[in-house]
Amino acid sequence: MKMTGAQILCESLVKEGVEVIFGLPGGAVIPLYDTLPQYPQLRHILVRHEQGAAHAADGYARATGKVGVCMATSGPGATNLVTGIANAHLDSVPVVAITGQVVRSLIGKDAFQEVDITGITLPITKHNYLVLEVGSLAKVVKEAFYLARNGRPSPVLIDIPRDVFIEQAEFHYPSKVDLPSSKPTLQGHPTQIKKAAKLINEAQRPLIIAGRGVIISGAYAELKQLAETAQIPVVTTLLGISCFPESHILSFGMLGMHGTAYANMAVEAADLIIAVGMRFGDRATCKVSAFAPHASIVHIDIDPAEIGKNMRVDVPIVGDVKLVLNALNKLIISTEHIDWFQQLDDWRKEHPLTFVRDSEGLPPQFVIRKIYEVTQGEAIIVTGVGQNQMWAAQHYWYNKPNSLISSGGLGAMGFELPAAMGAKIGCPDNIVWCIAGDGGFQMTIQELATIVQEKVAVKIAIINNGYLGMVRQWQQLFYKRRYVATPLAGPDFVKVAEAYGIPGLRVKRKEEVVSAIEQAMEEQGPFLIDFMVEPEENVYPMVPPGAALAEIIEEPGKEVAV
Amino acid sequence: MTTTKHTLVALVEDKPGVLTRMASLFRRRGFNIESIVVGRSELPHLARMTIVIDGSTTMVEQVRKQLDKIINVVKVSDITADDTVARELALIKVGATASTRSEIIQIVDVFRANIVDVASDSVIIEVTGDEEKINSLFNLLRGFGIKEMTRTGRIAMTRGSPGRLPVGKRSSKAQAKRQKT
Repeated sequence: MKMTGAQILCESLVKEGVEVIFGLPGGAVIPLYDTLPQYPQLRHILVRHEQGAAHAADGYARATGKVGVCMATSGPGATNLVTGIANAHLDSVPVVAITGQVVRSLIGKDAFQEVDITGITLPITKHNYLVLEVGSLAKVVKEAFYLARNGRPSPVLIDIPRDVFIEQAEFHYPSKVDLPSSKPTLQGHPTQIKKAAKLINEAQRPLIIAGRGVIISGAYAELKQLAETAQIPVVTTLLGISCFPESHILSFGMLGMHGTAYANMAVEAADLIIAVGMRFGDRATCKVSAFAPHASIVHIDIDPAEIGKNMRVDVPIVGDVKLVLNALNKLIISTEHIDWFQQLDDWRKEHPLTFVRDSEGLPPQFVIRKIYEVTQGEAIIVTGVGQNQMWAAQHYWYNKPNSLISSGGLGAMGFELPAAMGAKIGCPDNIVWCIAGDGGFQMTIQELATIVQEKVAVKIAIINNGYLGMVRQWQQLFYKRRYVATPLAGPDFVKVAEAYGIPGLRVKRKEEVVSAIEQAMEEQGPFLIDFMVEPEENVYPMVPPGAALAEIIEEPGKEVAV
Repeated sequence: MTTTKHTLVALVEDKPGVLTRMASLFRRRGFNIESIVVGRSELPHLARMTIVIDGSTTMVEQVRKQLDKIINVVKVSDITADDTVARELALIKVGATASTRSEIIQIVDVFRANIVDVASDSVIIEVTGDEEKINSLFNLLRGFGIKEMTRTGRIAMTRGSPGRLPVGKRSSKAQAKRQKT
């Protein structure tokens, strides 16, 4: 049977199991939108800005493990997706972005709303397509979803000219893809696994650094087995948080620039690093040349290009984390590292995470801790970028698998609200808390309207300090307190929420925090709390830029000797 | 850090935009390419590329892996350590008068090059060989006044069979090698 390009696209999306599309229409995609009502199984969420669509698809994908789909028109619609696509690319999130393009006869003529989006997104997608024949559309969609979810997940963009949506062709959905170049190595090489096992079995001071790869491959049980069998302490990267229960005795929190002191000290002292599904990003390693100076490094990752890119490696293992750990676990001898564990445990006691100061004002860390207590750690936390993100990473205990969603690689402020919306739509039975800064929140604040229209019960906590807080912290510490362009005269967020139809509260004192969070939880729909926190609170511990992990500052003037 | 010239050979899909994808990657990751040559291969819809890059072994290995991630790239190999045949073609336009022409012809003969065009005041020489041969011919011809030169860049192939880039199944040995690197 012949179908239009728009029908072929929708049929293909249905075949791929797509249930939700985040998008915003425009001239080039009207034929597609006109077809959408024929496919009621495809729920379209109308965002207010395409950046929101891309972030929402990202949040949806991270929360559900499925491919997120976003859609935009040509030109500005497509360029507005770019931040979201880049974000998904850097954090390895499977997203398929569909953009309209001007009609084929006008391509290259600088037509109205024409932009070379395949050219623009070349370095921020795994692959992209400009579909010039309707006959190839089904094959392209099949490949796009295959590429997005297989191997190292990543966004893929499909650019479709307006007249291709209208043109007709026979619809046959291919049963498999023919991509000779894209066959990721899933099983680790046995020789390499043996070498790694030998190192692990012989190590005196082994340390696991776990990243988002553990979450992507769902290797929670395998990681736990490795850690418990050989009694290996576990630290995580920011995006690795919640891949290992943080209340576990072997969990030593997050490493890196704002990691716990004891996690960073452990890296410094370890004689073996087992890096699992992580990429040695600079915020995690800090000064690369001084990273883990006494350790051999085993690096497990599905992307061969990550091996040796940022960090010297002694035993690389390319493969899917779950499969590799499974094979590795069979060779691990049950053992204990009593002295090593004792050392780390002492450090954990001597250098606890920055305590919440007892002061008149409202400490932001206190707010995060109370959200943890009231939600009993059952929420999915979606953060913004900056201080709010670091406090959310440090002061909430992530025991529930895959319960932190955050923009790690790109560090895109404005991610929080649309990503929380996407997460909640993907996991409607979960409590979703959006932890925002007053700066980032205003970058995608318009999605409050989407949340209301689509009845998405996201709970929003604005950590409002009246500054672009992380930049202000750097200005305070490294630029002699010259607060250039960081003070924010914010709006009244409670009134803003009210204008959108969302109930809200302002909280200024510690005593009001718990009852406000409880009230938010009792509310059926979305709820916003504007926490007016201490304006000049800083995120500690901190490794100054360019310094080594060992040079961590715990509190001003109090430096840790390692 | 010691750098050496590496020769990479890539089998890529013959589709629009493939060269852009590769060039964009070189630019973005700051890899300096000495030469890149693309042409059809013996296989339909596949082109073969020879890339010459000056860099440390680790850096070149990173280039190879990043290239391998491009979906349209079927396979890339670093053939620097292999026994290979490498050739480059150059066209050199040299000033030639009645008095110098015979001397130029002699040099051309020694190099087993060809004169492919003769004008009243110049000749065009076609020469094939490795880079050094072309460089030495170029140096010898300098005295006559070089008006123009264009070079293709290196193309290379491993000796014997099978070659390093058979299409289709990758042998398990090759996979094992990939893993270890």
